[in-house]
Amino acid sequence: MTDLTYRILCVIVMALASYLPRVLPLTLVRKKIHSKFILSVLYYIPYAVLSALTFPAIFYCTGNIYTALIGTFVALTLSFFKLNMALVAVISVAVVFGLGFVF
Amino acid sequence: MAMKKSSPYLRGLKDGLPVCFAYLAVSFTFGIAATQKGFSALFSTLLSGTNLTSAGQFSGLEMISAGVSLIELFFAVFIINSRYLLMSLSLSQKLEKNVGIAKRLFMSFFVTDEIFAITNFSKGELKTSYFLGVATTPYFGWTLGTLLGAIVNGILPPSLQTAMSIAIYCMFIAIIIPPAKKELSVFICILLSGALSCVFFYVPYIKEMSAGIKIIIVSLLSAVFCAILFPKKEGEPS
Repeated sequence: MTDLTYRILCVIVMALASYLPRVLPLTLVRKKIHSKFILSVLYYIPYAVLSALTFPAIFYCTGNIYTALIGTFVALTLSFFKLNMALVAVISVAVVFGLGFVF
Repeated sequence: MAMKKSSPYLRGLKDGLPVCFAYLAVSFTFGIAATQKGFSALFSTLLSGTNLTSAGQFSGLEMISAGVSLIELFFAVFIINSRYLLMSLSLSQKLEKNVGIAKRLFMSFFVTDEIFAITNFSKGELKTSYFLGVATTPYFGWTLGTLLGAIVNGILPPSLQTAMSIAIYCMFIAIIIPPAKKELSVFICILLSGALSCVFFYVPYIKEMSAGIKIIIVSLLSAVFCAILFPKKEGEPS
């Protein structure tokens, strides 16, 4: 297998591995679920997934724990006051960027 | 009746814009990383255009550089992306009635953490046109950002690039905090999931698990726990 063939196959394999978990539930689960338990689980899943994606990854994403912690605090505070999502992101990035010169 | 509502697709376009900008920043970094590892701009752009997933692509790069087998590559990327199983399942329940198979096959391609976050928390049932509207600009942002990053390779100062990497997490926070203020059960779910995620990140042995599997286990545990303690009545908005 040449290097080029290998790389092309890699793209195809990765595309499949990214598409399958997305397409299977959306095509196979066509009916409304009525189980109260499953509905409750599905209600909480999005919050759980987003929280698990965010913590603790957010503390390390800037490569500096102090700027990241302050950035997290800023985002939490602004979100608490229901600021628009884009604004929360922009202000937090600006704070982290500014703090980058301090720490 | 005289009130003219904007079309769901247009509303989606508008709601997707912040994600587009966040994606530009992240995919820019991805393009740079790919070039530095010796991949061509065409390769990394193709990868972004067909995969549309950050963690999977970053780990894929590592593995391809190491020359892993295609089967290993498939399973590793699948496991990292397995969190999409949960998201797509959730979306399948929110989706409007009578959506044909072709539309389902097409829209599935665009299920990402961020697009899921926005569309799943939109009010009422989910229209495919709204979903595709949200997905449009982020898709091009992701692909174009990769290409730009691969070509210019470091036009943004690194300090700004690292600062921008916090943007996506801040958007997640902005999504989950307001509902947590209203509902104690949601607050507990977020707290539990975040805490468990930290446990899975720091505790020896457990932390060796793949990131994708960790996300699945942590979210399922927290959601099941809350579903048992605070069940939702059928028909309650979600």
